[in-house]
Amino acid sequence: MSVILEARNIVRDYHVPGSFLKKAKTVHAVKGVSFSVEKGKTLAIVGESGCGKSTLGRILTLIDPATSGDLLIEGKKIDIAKGDLTPEMRRKVQIVFQNPYGSLNPRQKIGDILTEPLVINTKTPADERRDRAMTLLKKVGLEEKHYNRYPHMFSGGQRQRIAIARALMLNPKLLVLDEPVSALDLSVQAQVLNLLADLQDEFQLTYVFISHDLSVVRYIADEVMVMYFGEAVEYGSRDEVFADPKHSYTKTLFAATPRADVESIRARLAKKKAA
Amino acid sequence: MSLRRLFRSPEAVAGFVILGLLGAMALTAPLLFPGDPLAIAGQPLLRPFQDWALPLGTDRLGRDVLAGLFHGARTSLAVGLAAAAASILVGSVVGTVAGFAGGLVDEVLMRITDAFQTVPGFLLSLALVSVVGPSLSVVVAAIALSAWTGPARIARAEVLSIRERDYVASARVIGMHPIEIAFREVLPNALPPVLALSSVIVAAAILTEAALSFLGLGDPNRVTWGGMIAEGRAVLRSAPFLSVIPGIALVFSVLGVYLAGEGVVESTAAREGQA
Repeated sequence: MSVILEARNIVRDYHVPGSFLKKAKTVHAVKGVSFSVEKGKTLAIVGESGCGKSTLGRILTLIDPATSGDLLIEGKKIDIAKGDLTPEMRRKVQIVFQNPYGSLNPRQKIGDILTEPLVINTKTPADERRDRAMTLLKKVGLEEKHYNRYPHMFSGGQRQRIAIARALMLNPKLLVLDEPVSALDLSVQAQVLNLLADLQDEFQLTYVFISHDLSVVRYIADEVMVMYFGEAVEYGSRDEVFADPKHSYTKTLFAATPRADVESIRARLAKKKAA
Repeated sequence: MSLRRLFRSPEAVAGFVILGLLGAMALTAPLLFPGDPLAIAGQPLLRPFQDWALPLGTDRLGRDVLAGLFHGARTSLAVGLAAAAASILVGSVVGTVAGFAGGLVDEVLMRITDAFQTVPGFLLSLALVSVVGPSLSVVVAAIALSAWTGPARIARAEVLSIRERDYVASARVIGMHPIEIAFREVLPNALPPVLALSSVIVAAAILTEAALSFLGLGDPNRVTWGGMIAEGRAVLRSAPFLSVIPGIALVFSVLGVYLAGEGVVESTAAREGQA
């Protein structure tokens, strides 16, 4: 299996400038994280809010540069701070954001949102761009008639499908999914997750799936990395991590997941009565 | 649909009726009163409603007041609209660049804005016109010079919030150039609150133009309401109508612009509240 994405010791610091009464300080958002993902696999990055998982996602999608460390995509080192980012590299990584209400420009039609990546990065003629947008619209479960509508005419789940279609327009190798279902209803979550699984099979996509929802992670991940205050405290295959969590934070995280089976509900009620 | 909502409020209807009348006056002025409105038309200081060829009478030099009123509407509207357009254009570009670039650029641009804002606007216009000389385009520039700071501040504030939205990040992921992001993704979404300011700017511009003309700094080759008021000032006791009539026109046009602008803002706000 070929490795699509490799991160070596990624560090990201934010400098908070000081003012009259406050000293300047440095926030270490990501403290030296390393991992690699093979083609067609899904790596889930799990952790609580503020643990640096979204910062890591932005570094992987080449939005923000890493403070130090190496990022290799298909074995090629990329450093956007040096400005050596070619359209070919750009095309390999795309992202789907958490909030489908914020990730689509409210003043652009769906068709323009979808074809924009091709306009910027390729020389595809207009009718081919349109054809590709139509194909992907249907692939993500929408219809051709949605091409000329505006984002506010769609539900959250539909918008997330549009965001997924846009991410796929450039035929990326790697898709970073930054909590793609956490803003959606439970039933819609399942639909979108199934869609993502189908698309992964069809296009041989590699996913980096950022989430805090362990039930979702268990469903979609091949490998799991748990982050805690900017550090990767656990990293292994899904079955390893779920069966035998080593780090104390991972154990706490699993214990905090609500259980809905009858036995545990009974136990909880009994405990309440006793108290 | 939103038009119906617009015309449900009586204030907005009144505003648009006044604006419509003003526009009609401006458009029909060369048809109803061909020839130079500054030419002598009859005996001087004819009172209104005496001679039906000159229904609003004549001024000290025997010039037709009604013709002056019609041609003055042209000047007032032209100056008001041009000055508002210029200041919104300059202001939103400066605000967008400042908000989007951040750092030193933001700091420099905003201090310049501060400098313009602390000098009284009318003084600034007065200074420019008296240095460059009075002509219509200079008057427009002079008014815009003091009015662009409001749009710039509002645009910057909007841009600061919009540039953190996910659709801006996704524009970056597909490789859009930062300048293109600023003007295609950010600016259009920052514009509505800036445009809401336009009616205030138009109204203020009409007043500033009248004040400049009153001080004799308007374009001497054009009839302006401010100039007519100044002309009547010398005979204020014996022929007050010479100052009162253009004064009433001034009040109504500012009122009309204001009411119409308010109506538009309110109807769009109602639409957004529904969405």
